[in-house]
Amino acid sequence: MFKGVGLSLSLTGLLVSSGVSAQSLTVEMEVPRLDVAEYHRPYVAMWLAAPDNSVAAQLAVLYDLELKDEEGEKWLKDMRQWWRRGGRSLDMPIDGLSGATRGPGKHRFQFDDRVSDLPAGDYRLMVEAAREVGGRELIAIPFQWPPTAPASHAQQGNDELGAVVLELRP
Amino acid sequence: MTMSKRVMALGFAAITTMSVSLPTAAHRAWILPVSTVLSSEDSWVSFDAAISNDIFHPDYHAMGLDGVQVLGPDGQSVPLQNASKGKHRSTFDLNLKARGTYKIYSAGGGLTARWETEEGERRFWPGRGERPDPEKFKTEVPMDAKSLRISQSSRRLETFVTAGGPTDSALKPTGSGLELQPVTHPNDLYAGETATFRFLIDGEPAVGAEVSVIPGGSRYRNSQEEIKLTTDAKGNIAVTWPQAGMYFLEAEYSDDKAKAPATSRRGSYTATFEVLSL
Repeated sequence: MFKGVGLSLSLTGLLVSSGVSAQSLTVEMEVPRLDVAEYHRPYVAMWLAAPDNSVAAQLAVLYDLELKDEEGEKWLKDMRQWWRRGGRSLDMPIDGLSGATRGPGKHRFQFDDRVSDLPAGDYRLMVEAAREVGGRELIAIPFQWPPTAPASHAQQGNDELGAVVLELRP
Repeated sequence: MTMSKRVMALGFAAITTMSVSLPTAAHRAWILPVSTVLSSEDSWVSFDAAISNDIFHPDYHAMGLDGVQVLGPDGQSVPLQNASKGKHRSTFDLNLKARGTYKIYSAGGGLTARWETEEGERRFWPGRGERPDPEKFKTEVPMDAKSLRISQSSRRLETFVTAGGPTDSALKPTGSGLELQPVTHPNDLYAGETATFRFLIDGEPAVGAEVSVIPGGSRYRNSQEEIKLTTDAKGNIAVTWPQAGMYFLEAEYSDDKAKAPATSRRGSYTATFEVLSL
């Protein structure tokens, strides 16, 4: 009897949690190929911004993790908006957030685990890129969470970023 | 005042801990950090320190570094590294070993007096170009002299740098002289945003202080583009930064609420701020 109740409860819990985790947030980011004499892969920060500009979720920070003495951290501040909105209070590197820089091409990042607890509301996906001996670019894509239907929002960068596509699935 | 005396007075104020009042000359003393916001562990920052007409353009006199001190985020003093005095500017480095905000400052103050002798000659203490010894004030200033006026003066010059997130521990006012009490953190300034700063005189709100904010790079434009402000009843000013860049802030305050034997008090405060774009 008690076993039966326990089983049905856990089954319900399983269904609910699998329903939540089915929601997905994927970012496809294009790093443009640049014809420059000295090329370094860009540093890129991705986060979700609440309407008051606070960080609702950190998604990824791609920077040079290989340099000795954590010297790659020297340029994290060049992602100015990310640094101000929350990067400066983090002690990098952070497991699950830090990642290696990416070269030219399209790169997909799936962030389901980072948004599983995200409260319903209006957000902006922020993607900020800064390149050594290069420029800096920030792309903001507004969206609503949770998604009610599959959706895709795209914006085209001009300099340091190519197309950035936000894919949402309910 | 001739140009050379003016320079002497400024140089004097910048290198000693005591000072006569700063003349309201165009020459300005400043310390300019190469960067104010740093993200690496164990980072280094370089600084220029000079006295010049054009803000942050060192073409006149190097600032002596003897009086320059640094307070770290843990409240401890941090030594200047690689200090060097050139013809037109001094330079030094700071090693930011701990995360947080560092205050770089030079401060001083003391009593000044002027009076007339019985023959009607004007006298000053300290004498022009003399280094004042506070111990000698009582013996050298005749307290019964004609037209005796004693003034309590203070001066302070500051700038700020932060490794990692901004912290407040180095920003605590000392309660002496004219000081800035940041409401907005001095390393959290962004173009288009409004920063609030409070000014204190001997720890109390400095009401009615005259504040001037000038963007760097004035030699590349026709006007100073000075922002003039007056502190309100709380000692506050609000500055909206027109664009990113380095800024020079200058504040002057005076009143007659001095401690005896002084009959008036005067304070000057200058600082360098970096405003970033988002």
